[in-house]
Amino acid sequence: MNVVKRILLAVALPLILFAGWYLLSAGSESFYSPPLEKILVAFGDTWSLDRLRADVAPSLLRLFAGYLLAALIGIGAGVAIGMNRRLRATVEPVLEFFRAIPPPVLVPVIMLFAGIGDAMKVIVIVFGCIWPILLNTVEGVRAVDGVVLETARSYGVNGVARITKVILPSAGPQIAAGLRQALSIAIILMVISEMFAASNGLGFTIVQFQRSFAIPEMWSGIILLGLLGFVLSLLFRLAERRALRWYEGLRAAQRQS
Amino acid sequence: MLEVKGLRKVYRSGNREVEALRDLTFTVDNGELVCLVGPSGCGKTTLLRCVSGLLDPTAGDVRVDGKPVDGPPPGMAVVFQEYGRSLFPWMSVRDNVELPLKQKGVGRARRRQLVEQSLDAVGLTGTASAYPWQLSGGMQQRVAIARAVAYEPQTLLMDEPFAAVDAQTRADLEDLVRELWKRLGVTILFVTHDIDESVYLGQRVVMLSTSPTVVQEELAIDLPDQRDQLTTRADPRFIQLRTRVYEQIQAAKRNAVH
Repeated sequence: MNVVKRILLAVALPLILFAGWYLLSAGSESFYSPPLEKILVAFGDTWSLDRLRADVAPSLLRLFAGYLLAALIGIGAGVAIGMNRRLRATVEPVLEFFRAIPPPVLVPVIMLFAGIGDAMKVIVIVFGCIWPILLNTVEGVRAVDGVVLETARSYGVNGVARITKVILPSAGPQIAAGLRQALSIAIILMVISEMFAASNGLGFTIVQFQRSFAIPEMWSGIILLGLLGFVLSLLFRLAERRALRWYEGLRAAQRQS
Repeated sequence: MLEVKGLRKVYRSGNREVEALRDLTFTVDNGELVCLVGPSGCGKTTLLRCVSGLLDPTAGDVRVDGKPVDGPPPGMAVVFQEYGRSLFPWMSVRDNVELPLKQKGVGRARRRQLVEQSLDAVGLTGTASAYPWQLSGGMQQRVAIARAVAYEPQTLLMDEPFAAVDAQTRADLEDLVRELWKRLGVTILFVTHDIDESVYLGQRVVMLSTSPTVVQEELAIDLPDQRDQLTTRADPRFIQLRTRVYEQIQAAKRNAVH
């Protein structure tokens, strides 16, 4: 398939859905679901550069801080746990328990300890999205091929190089799967943490619009959130494809033989 | 010199004990090419893992130049059977060959030289930037051999390295091993289940019994040093020797049945 065709296929359905929404809502009298035309006008008016700087930028900063922290801790701890059988047996049940707690539940609790500032929101994001990263890393590290490890050992690839050159790349595909799941969780938690208690941010702004009955503006915020999530996952996929090009190639080669 | 003395390995899992190696004693002199051959499932791989320091024996010991092996010795390189799993698919051919050298602290210029030389030596000039999975099986095993050669080992262990490649590639690779051995003067311990291969390659063949493994017999291969796939394999002496090895392996299997 050539590139043009692929792009057409990718954007066809979103365009149809948007057009459908536009047409169906065109004559809408309902206060709560205004015509898309009105929402789009509100979008242009609402999300000015100042607004983006004041509300979207802090949200994104908290998102990245939380996500990066979760990735660092998750991968670090995951490697340690995955490499050590005894440690794994000890902590795995606890991890499963923590993972089973829906992170939004923790927002009020974390608020008690961390206040309502940026720290609270970052902690909520870390706490929510660390689990898929951690557990996938553990699994990926456990699944590293024994022959790979023995090769590394017999050629004196020990210590830091063993982790950075052998274990992490080998577990890479699974770690990436964890990171991908974590990204969408992080976005959700970014919004939720801002809905509880905040003075700026996307989640805060959307709730503000809803409470002040600025319904088209509220909808425009939701559209912006959707676009944001879409762009972030697109960026993630690009980065993933770059980093795991070897994996795609290896799989294609294995399918052929 | 590589000495294996009274080597025994028992695997324990729960209450069950499996004696893989019972009592193995043999030596490989410096610069010698010795083939280990035995019936399938005779613990060849266990033996090799003990020799390479990847596995601790239950009893007995392995010494390289008098020093006991208690971890992978620095002057030893291993070529594994499963080239597809032993080469790192996330690294280019160059990086695969270079990584052990980096770990050894070889300088950058020397590393580049070693990588280039060893790839040339195995006939893979110009593939340095390819990934292993872009190459055929035989070429991948050549990369693994290049990695071992670049490591500049005194001892080279090869664990059924050609078991997974096709017959024609295998013949080429056998000649490559003979050629590298002569050129580099390394000590090679070559494990195989292929009787013809062991006779064709080795100066000496050590035959193993079925598990629990002991040394069944040792046989000096008095074929001319210059070997050739066509003439050597048609040599009546070659046929005598391979028959001798074959008989011993069969005898080993029969003994195991009783």
